[in-house]
Amino acid sequence: MSNVKERKLTIAKAMAESVAQYMRKDEKVFVMGEDIGVLGGVYGNTRGLIEEFGEERVRDTPISETAFIGAAVGAAQNGMRPIVELMFVDFFGVCFDQIYNNMAKNIYFSGGNVKVPMVLMTSTGGGYSDGAQHSQCVYGTFAHLPGMKVVAPSNAYDAKGLMNAAIRDDSPVVYMYHKGLQGMGWLGTERGATVDTPEEYYEVEIGKAAVVREGSDVTIVGLGMGVHHGLKAAEMLAEQGVSAEVVDLRSLVPLDRDTIRASVAKTGRLIVVDEDYQSFGVSGEVIASVVEHDISVLKAAPQRVAYPDVPIPFARIMEQFCLPNAEKIVAAYNGIAV
Amino acid sequence: MQPTTEQKLWMYETMVVSRRYEEAIAAAYMEGKSPVFNMANGPVPGEMHLSNGQEPCAVGVCAHLNPEDSVTATHRPHHQAIAKGVNLKRMTSEIFGKANGLGGGRGGHMHLFDPDVNFTCSGIIGQGLGPAVGAALSQKMQNKPGIAVAYLGEGAANQGAFHESLNLAAVWKLPVVFVIEDNSWGISVSKKKSTAIERNYLRAAGYGMPGKFVPGNDPIEIFKAAGEAIAHARAGNGPTLLELETSRLAGHFIGDAEGYRPEGEKKALEANDPIPKFRQQLIDDSVASESEMGKIDASAQSRVDEAIAHARASDDPAPEDALSSIFA
Repeated sequence: MSNVKERKLTIAKAMAESVAQYMRKDEKVFVMGEDIGVLGGVYGNTRGLIEEFGEERVRDTPISETAFIGAAVGAAQNGMRPIVELMFVDFFGVCFDQIYNNMAKNIYFSGGNVKVPMVLMTSTGGGYSDGAQHSQCVYGTFAHLPGMKVVAPSNAYDAKGLMNAAIRDDSPVVYMYHKGLQGMGWLGTERGATVDTPEEYYEVEIGKAAVVREGSDVTIVGLGMGVHHGLKAAEMLAEQGVSAEVVDLRSLVPLDRDTIRASVAKTGRLIVVDEDYQSFGVSGEVIASVVEHDISVLKAAPQRVAYPDVPIPFARIMEQFCLPNAEKIVAAYNGIAV
Repeated sequence: MQPTTEQKLWMYETMVVSRRYEEAIAAAYMEGKSPVFNMANGPVPGEMHLSNGQEPCAVGVCAHLNPEDSVTATHRPHHQAIAKGVNLKRMTSEIFGKANGLGGGRGGHMHLFDPDVNFTCSGIIGQGLGPAVGAALSQKMQNKPGIAVAYLGEGAANQGAFHESLNLAAVWKLPVVFVIEDNSWGISVSKKKSTAIERNYLRAAGYGMPGKFVPGNDPIEIFKAAGEAIAHARAGNGPTLLELETSRLAGHFIGDAEGYRPEGEKKALEANDPIPKFRQQLIDDSVASESEMGKIDASAQSRVDEAIAHARASDDPAPEDALSSIFA
C-alpha cells in the first residue's frame, strides 16, 4: 500500500471540507454562529468558508444564542438547511429552551409534518485548564432528550462522514466535536485523530458504531477522546498478553446497542470510557444496554472510567487527576481480570 | 392604507369564527369537569387558553398575509391560527387529541403546526421570536417574497429572547414584524408591576427599528398599522415592532378564578367587546346590512359546528402512536 498517497486531515479541516463541499452543491446550506466567519471558527472548523461563500451564507452572529439557534430552527422549518455553532457546549445554559423545547420537539408536535433539517455543532472537552464553564462534555444532557440525533467523531474520517450525514438528515443533529482532537496546536492535539480522509463525498451512517480494534478478552467502549484512551490502553494491555477490543460509538443517538452487545458477548468484559460526568449518563446507558439484554454474557462486573461527579477543576494537577486516561482503563481491567 | 370592503368583511367574519370557536371549545372543555374541576378530564384535557377579546390583533395583521408568510404563535393561539388560515378541522382534531389532528394528537392546543400556511406555535413565552427571525432569513436567502410575523404577549417583552431576536432581526434587516398583543396581564401579574416602561413600542428605538402603538383594540386601526409594517418588511426595509392594546375577556386559562382583577375591570372590558362594536361600525358605515351580517354570523357558527363535529367523530390515535414521529 506504500504507493497509495495518504491524505491526512485534522478533524477541523475535515469538518470545514465537508461543509464547503455540501455548500457548493446545495444552496440551502448555510452556516451561522459566533466567530465562524472572518475568524474561521475558534476551533478551525469553518476556516475558508467566508472567503468562498461570502457573508450571506457564512454569518457571524451577535452573542445571542437564543436568537440565532431559534433562527436556525425557523429557517430549517422554512426550507433551509442551517448549520449553527454553539461555540462551547457549556454555553447551552443560555439557549437550551430553543434546543430542548423547539429544535428537538417540533417534528413530534407536528406528527412528522414539519422537518427540522439543522446541524448544531458544538465543541466539548477539557484537559487544558479552562475551568468548569469551558471544559465539559455534557454528552448525556443532549443524548437524554428525545428528538435530537447526537454524534461525536473521534477522527477526521468519521468527522467528515458524520458531518455529511448530519447535513443531509431532515432531523436535528447535534454534532459534538472534542477540542483536544481538532488539530489546533494551541489546544494540544491527539495525533490519532488526524487520519486519511478521502476528498470525495461519503457518509458515515448516524447510529452506527465502529469496532476500531478487535480483541477477545475485554471490550472498551468510548467516544471522542475516550476512543484514543481506549486504543492506548489496548496497546498497554497487549503487552500484558491481554487482547482488548475497542468500540467507537461515533453516535449517541441513535445508540448502536447491537454492536456493543455483540462485542461484550464475545469478550465477556466491559469497560466504558466517558469524559462526561459518571452518574446518570452515557456510561450507565452503555452498561444498561448490555445487562438488560443478557447479563449471562458477563464474566465480571462492568467498569466505568468516567469523569467524577465534580465541576471541572482549573488547577492542572487536579483536572488531570479527574480526566479518563489509558492507565485508568488498564487499572480497571486489572481489577476485574481474574 | 384602508381595508377594502372585502377585507373588512373577512376581518369581521374571521373574528366571529374565532369567538364562536372559543365558545365551542370552552363548552367542550367543561364536559366532564364539573362538579369537580379536574384538568385531566373530559374530551379536551389539559390547559386551555382562550383568545376572547384579542381577535382584532389576529385579523388586522393576518389580513395582509399570504400562505408563504410565516406566523409564530403563542400559547394562546386559536385566533391567530384561524386568521392565518390553518385547517380548522385538523386543528380542532388536534385540540381533541385525535389521530387526524395536525400533529396526530401529539401536540395539543399550544402546539399547532400547519406547514401548508407556515404556521407554528409554542407554549413558552418568547419562544417563537427566534424562529420567526429564521423564517424571515430563510425567505430572504431564497429570494422569496415571504415575511414573518412573531406574535407575543406584553409579558414576553421582558424575556431575554425578545432583546436577542429584535436585535438580530434589525442587524440583519430581516422582514419580520413583531406583534405584541398587550392584554395587560401576565397570568395574574399586571403589566404595571412587571414592566419598567409604560409602552413597549418605545423599546423599538433600542434596536433601531420603527415602533408603533395602536390603542383601542380596533381592527381597522390595527390593519392600517400592520399594513405599513408589512409593506416596510416586504420592501426590504427590515423589521417593525407593533404594540397592540387589546383585552383578555377570559381568564389566563379556563379555571382561572381571576381574583386578581380590579373590581369592575371585566365588566368594562366586556362592554367594550370588539366584535359587537365592529359589527355596528360596519352597519353604520353601510359596509353591510343587518341581514347580511346575520348571514355572516350564521355561516361562522356553522363552520365552527362542523369543525367540532368533525373532531368529535374522529378516531383516537392508537396509544402506541406516541412512539412514532420523533424524527423526520
